[in-house]
Amino acid sequence: MIEEVGIVDLDVMTSYLPLYKEALFLTMRVGWKGVFIAVMIGLLGSAILHFKIPIVKKVVSAYTQLFRNTPLLVQLFFIYFALPKIGIRVSPESCGTWGLGLLGGAYMTETFRSGLENIPRIQFESAESLGMSRGQAFHCVILPQAISSSAPGLVANVVFLLKETSVFSTISLMDLMFTAKDLIGMYAKTIECLTLLVLFYLIMLLPVSILGDLLERRLRHAEFGD
Amino acid sequence: MQNLGIDVLFKGTNFVRLLLGLWVAVRISLISVIISIVLGLIVGVLMTSKNKALKAVFRVYLEIVRIMPQMVLLFIVYFGTTRIFGWNLDAEVSAVLVFSFWGTAEMGDLVRGALISIPKLQYESAMALGMDGKQIYYYVILPQTIRRLIPLSINLITRMIKTTSLVMMIGIIEVLKVAQQIIEANRRSSPNAAFGVFAVVFVLYFLICWPISRLSVYLEKRWS
Repeated sequence: MIEEVGIVDLDVMTSYLPLYKEALFLTMRVGWKGVFIAVMIGLLGSAILHFKIPIVKKVVSAYTQLFRNTPLLVQLFFIYFALPKIGIRVSPESCGTWGLGLLGGAYMTETFRSGLENIPRIQFESAESLGMSRGQAFHCVILPQAISSSAPGLVANVVFLLKETSVFSTISLMDLMFTAKDLIGMYAKTIECLTLLVLFYLIMLLPVSILGDLLERRLRHAEFGD
Repeated sequence: MQNLGIDVLFKGTNFVRLLLGLWVAVRISLISVIISIVLGLIVGVLMTSKNKALKAVFRVYLEIVRIMPQMVLLFIVYFGTTRIFGWNLDAEVSAVLVFSFWGTAEMGDLVRGALISIPKLQYESAMALGMDGKQIYYYVILPQTIRRLIPLSINLITRMIKTTSLVMMIGIIEVLKVAQQIIEANRRSSPNAAFGVFAVVFVLYFLICWPISRLSVYLEKRWS
């Protein structure tokens, strides 16, 4: 028998709020740290691929292939459960941060690289013919266009990465998912817990999605030609 | 350095079990991908319609899928709906439902993008040849769209396979769960098994997804 079908107990939900709030902070903290690492790795990786630096280039492309073709869950399990066996111990939080950062780094590298690749060679040649140095051409001509053309990918990646934080509960990080699962397990207020879970993910991701769209439009405004 | 526990996999049927676990994940992804592609084609065509209400509905649908983690959707279906409606839903069925819901939106968006990218001229030329709406779609637009879509749908397969690793969270015994079981069972004889076994799982996933994503890149380059 199911009692009180469809009726949500608001008191219960209110009492859970502090727990969810704490989980939200943790999820956001780890998530955004991961995104930051991802962007850094992405910039570095795409620069290495773009300037075709020997040997390092091979390493970067092996890294992107490896991380783009395996699930985050498996990567986290490897970092969290397997690495300690060879003497590398990581806390759940830094495992989450770096796991997300490494996964995101592979995606960002790919996004920025294709952003750079999309710029016609003639842009570079024109800059050169105007007497700009290689550095100037890159800085003043190529980079602004590359940023604009990789903006949609960047926004999509950020939303994707923040979403992926939901697997952190498997390495005992007390994120939103963990909190919901834990509370359901203890008090069996399934509907209330899931409603809060959805609401908190909306709080976390809806602004990012909306701001991302605006930013994307703003950045694409700078697009040349077309 | 002592042994890293790869030997555990060669004990008994451990490796076969691991592969069977992987098959569970791949099976769920394949079923979901097939459903997603079929429904996605329909949804994608509907998304290009000029009906405002229809557009709004699909916009909300896309946004839900874009924002909500698949894990949350899995929990809603597996724990939430069973609670509300009091039915008994198999974990694998819920997984297929969720991944199809997600995949349909993704596929629909790809289809929409591909349809929009077909120049208007193609429609007009077909019309000028005296074709009616159905004929235009069937003979002119669809063949071109499908060609653009095949690499993208192949890519969706790898994303689906990667995402199905989540199903262990609703109690499906797939490759990661089997890996954990193997590690637990051999904790005494081989305390380092976690390294070897998870490394193998990592490699297995890579070996499945990598060729598929290469194929997608290859087709995209060749057909563009």
